[in-house]
Amino acid sequence: MLMADAPSRPVPYMERTRRYYEAQAFDKAYVWAHFPEVPFIPLEKPLEVSTLALITTASLYDRTPMDPREVTSGSTLEPPVRLFANDLSWDKNATHLEDLNSYFPIEHLKDLVASGRLGGLAERFHCAPTSYSQRQTLATDAPEILRRCREDGVDIVLLVPL
Amino acid sequence: MPTVILGSARDVVEHCGVPRFLFTDFPLGNPCGTPYDRDMQYAITGLALDVLDRAKTPRHTVQSDYSWGDDQSWREGYLQVRGEDAARLALLGRENRSRRERLKSAGKGRDDA
Repeated sequence: MLMADAPSRPVPYMERTRRYYEAQAFDKAYVWAHFPEVPFIPLEKPLEVSTLALITTASLYDRTPMDPREVTSGSTLEPPVRLFANDLSWDKNATHLEDLNSYFPIEHLKDLVASGRLGGLAERFHCAPTSYSQRQTLATDAPEILRRCREDGVDIVLLVPL
Repeated sequence: MPTVILGSARDVVEHCGVPRFLFTDFPLGNPCGTPYDRDMQYAITGLALDVLDRAKTPRHTVQSDYSWGDDQSWREGYLQVRGEDAARLALLGRENRSRRERLKSAGKGRDDA
């Protein structure tokens, strides 16, 4: 449905999260990642001849909040029927993850390739572990995903966090 | 490598700072569109490619025109702390901290949000 009225104010998730953890009396406030300098890499070639990698924060398997999280990859040639994210924070009251393409647009990307808008999909997609530790994300997980993308000849990346 | 983020937490993504961001104003969980609405999801996925294509500078945010629908009550519900929740959340906090302490002393602590 297209929006008819004036846009609503986006939900203030950071403020809500602060208050939620304050109510639980945690002594340390959550620290969100913040980068004063943001890199920008222009497209090197047209989308029509570019290979795209899809990255999600969902998981290939069901996890509990206490299970370890690590970079995993799956096949885009035979994608999973569903992914899992019961251990992540998303609006479980308002919606659900029963429709894979509502959070992992694999079929739509294949259709965009078929239409000629996009050159191709990398053979692997990647599941990025969300971590409290920004050091782990920066030093371990992100470089590993970049390494796998380069191995697959990826030109561009679509990240879809839940 | 050129990247675009397709997501629904505008404040979190913009606070972080990213090269390109397509913001969909939906409940967290379905950034590509409402479940089973394939036309909406396809259009939004295509829009993410447009953002990849057209952005010239970092912190480039585009908001999709799509709406979740008439029922906007999700905006007020998520992680909202109301007066009646105070005791329950205080208890939840105590339980979480004591569980973490137990796991930590058993060497099973996990570095996670």
